[in-house]
Amino acid sequence: MGMAEPAIELIGIDKRFGAVRANRDISLTVEKGTIHGIIGENGAGKSTLMSIIYGFYQADSGEIRVGGNRVEITDPNAAIAAGIGMVHQHFMLVDNFTVVENVMLGAEQSGLLNSGIARVRSELKRLEREHALDVDPDALIEDLPVGLQQRVEILKALYRGADILILDEPTGVLTPAEADHLFNVLRQLREEGKTIILITHKLREVMAITDHVSVMRQGEMVATRKTSETSVAELAELMVGRRVLLTVEKGEAKPAETRLTVDNLTVKDSRGVTMVNDVSLQLRAGEIVGIAGVAGNGQSQLLEAITGIRRAVSGRITLNGEALDPTKPGDPREMRRRGMAHVPEDRHHMGLVLPFEQNENAILGYQDDKAFAKGPLLDLDAMRADAREKIAAYDIRPADCRLKTANFSGGNQQKIVLAREMERDPDVLIIGQPTRGVDVGAIEFIHKRIVAMRDAGKAILVVSVELDEIRALSDRILVMFAGRIVGERGPDASEGELGLLMAGIDEREAAE
Amino acid sequence: MSRPYAKLPPIIDYGVIPLINLVVAFLVAGLVVLAVGESPIRAAELMLNGAFGYAEGVGFTLYYATSFVFTGLAVAVAFHGGLFNIGGEGQAYVGGLGVTAIALGLGGILPWWLNLPLAVCLSAAFGALWALIPAYLQAKRGSHIVITTIMFNFIAAALMVYLLNDWLKVPGTNALETPTFAEGGQLPKLRGLFELFGANLGGAPLNVSAFVALLACLGVWLLIWRTRLGYEIRTLGHSPRAARYAGMSELRLVVVTMLISGGLAGLMALNPVMGDQYRLFNDFPQGAGFVGIAVALMGRGHPAGIIPAAILFGMLYQGGAELAFDMPAISRDMIVIIQGLVILFAGALENMFRPAIGMAWARFRLRETGPSAARTGGV
Repeated sequence: MGMAEPAIELIGIDKRFGAVRANRDISLTVEKGTIHGIIGENGAGKSTLMSIIYGFYQADSGEIRVGGNRVEITDPNAAIAAGIGMVHQHFMLVDNFTVVENVMLGAEQSGLLNSGIARVRSELKRLEREHALDVDPDALIEDLPVGLQQRVEILKALYRGADILILDEPTGVLTPAEADHLFNVLRQLREEGKTIILITHKLREVMAITDHVSVMRQGEMVATRKTSETSVAELAELMVGRRVLLTVEKGEAKPAETRLTVDNLTVKDSRGVTMVNDVSLQLRAGEIVGIAGVAGNGQSQLLEAITGIRRAVSGRITLNGEALDPTKPGDPREMRRRGMAHVPEDRHHMGLVLPFEQNENAILGYQDDKAFAKGPLLDLDAMRADAREKIAAYDIRPADCRLKTANFSGGNQQKIVLAREMERDPDVLIIGQPTRGVDVGAIEFIHKRIVAMRDAGKAILVVSVELDEIRALSDRILVMFAGRIVGERGPDASEGELGLLMAGIDEREAAE
Repeated sequence: MSRPYAKLPPIIDYGVIPLINLVVAFLVAGLVVLAVGESPIRAAELMLNGAFGYAEGVGFTLYYATSFVFTGLAVAVAFHGGLFNIGGEGQAYVGGLGVTAIALGLGGILPWWLNLPLAVCLSAAFGALWALIPAYLQAKRGSHIVITTIMFNFIAAALMVYLLNDWLKVPGTNALETPTFAEGGQLPKLRGLFELFGANLGGAPLNVSAFVALLACLGVWLLIWRTRLGYEIRTLGHSPRAARYAGMSELRLVVVTMLISGGLAGLMALNPVMGDQYRLFNDFPQGAGFVGIAVALMGRGHPAGIIPAAILFGMLYQGGAELAFDMPAISRDMIVIIQGLVILFAGALENMFRPAIGMAWARFRLRETGPSAARTGGV
């Protein structure tokens, strides 16, 4: 490409938040008609940089040029006017509006909607024709699968005349098939001259789809490479500044006695929809069982029923040889007493109380423990001493047990939860999304800990939407689809085979 | 990836921002005074003088503040549990029955210092009882506690008028009040305390229940920040799902939190009933339950904030009364407007100036520390 025309240039971008310098002297050139990946750990400054480009923040210094001309992007409207569109990680859609209404939102043009609606319809038709971005314009967003909702976001940006499209972690919520489809769409948009900036932490995606890739670390842009001239290993090293294990080193599992048995468990959600359908599974001491599946196929409800948080409709759970009735109102405390620990999927709302100090969160769920009581009062000294021990053992940073939990990074927050649950020395450890939103360095640490727990004879159930993680950790893989366990595979199962199972297609059955 | 926000130091969070809110409230109130053709400066002078200028005024201010501390604590405790208790007024009103039962029944038998702890227990019990039904309905049936506690204020008002009129009033009179309590049912005034400073309390009704209020502050602080129950209440308030995960019973916590909240509101009855009028009388809370909401908001739910906020509102009550008396153009209703402005700026618009102040602070910080310090801080 050589001297290709730049679509967007950043020159010397600097941004501080209080004492934290989130972006340091960042310069970046994205060529027109390319897909440019930006990778980096959590907290590396990617989102800040994109927020500056899209006008959520103003840079303290530096300039932005679009098509060679300096632009002042004071707010998202200015970004849109400059031809920049953004697809957020969490969609900005109104669930009970139709596709047309969502695309029109913020670009209605007049008080009466009829002319706007007509314009949106004809534009949607054109976009559909030119980019193969077909979606029913009258469908309600809440009825659309996630992949199509994302497409609506892309359509929104294109409708507003975006030539430069920023996608923030776009595949986090997609099935492998949906992700593939997204990549096809992106390639096609590139063919038509659009420029795409892809923010991600998935190295595989960067390798698969980008033309160039830039790596951020601690607020700095440390390298830009042609994708064809780099490798996953090099990028990973650039991201963390040292080599990381992309696979988990672990020996053969030595499964012993059965710790947890789930028989014919059925769980409904608050609307009465069956989310877990007749699920049975066994978990033995010294093994890691992974549950793979696209988010929303009942994994969350399964975890909540097993850990006593959610009441089941029918079924039976046997923990350490004792039969429990999950159809009675559950008591997570009782499960803890019986030797079960739970690292919940949603650490922000369940696993942690973000406004609490770190040491307060380090006893969540174990607040009854006599070790933390001094007469009728909490023993703050004991709580803090215990918290400091865990901070040291799990290398939680910053090492300040009085710091508000919200001020820790995602990876360190997850370590706070893991330290709390693992150090209790449970027989059965239930982990939902062990490394969601966690940076590469912490992922390695967490995976090693989980394997160490297994080798210490614990029975571990892991639920993750990251197929790589499930494959790296598990001794047995269960695949969940539409509330059922649709298959069990060994750790050597191919990604393709598991991917099909996750989409509800059993290759073996199909072959028979 | 979360957006990093500049964290403000406590002095700004708890000192500068409330102060600015207050100043703005008084500036706007000044405009109102100006609009009716009076001098705002003179009005402020009269108000401050009325509230703090002489011993008796101080006594009145602190008497009102005592009531507001109780109701402010009541709202704050519920608020920590994520519950908005608007029913302090009704709970305080019904709490008066507990005070009256002791003071009327035992006032002629036991001395006041034995009756006081009994009255504390019974007024808290009655207040708690009045909060129990809304709490249970919220926890069990999901009836919104804001709605039910408001409705219970009206029920309390009607119930108390019925009880006063049909059962408790002095036979043959028209006033909705009980007979005056015997000496053992009367809390001493803090005359002696004032005399220590060479001041004369005069006719101000400041009484021993002010110390009960201070003890309640200490108790609430211990409860919320030092006990397991307080830990559980705060967990529920911040994140009901985390509470569920941790095995805390939401039903139990909602009910217990509201019982404590209602109990604190019930204690407020000590001050006017046993400490001032020595009888139960119609509508004695006089809005203290509602002022408690503003006091709790302004005090950030912390006793150390609630005490000054209560004194501020005590000043508005006492100084406002003097102002209305001395400045005929300013009616009692205008005082309510000024109080309303304080509530508006200190409570409802609490965070209005926060972003600007945060930005100013960040700029100031940067100039102080320089870029090198910022770099080491950037993890």
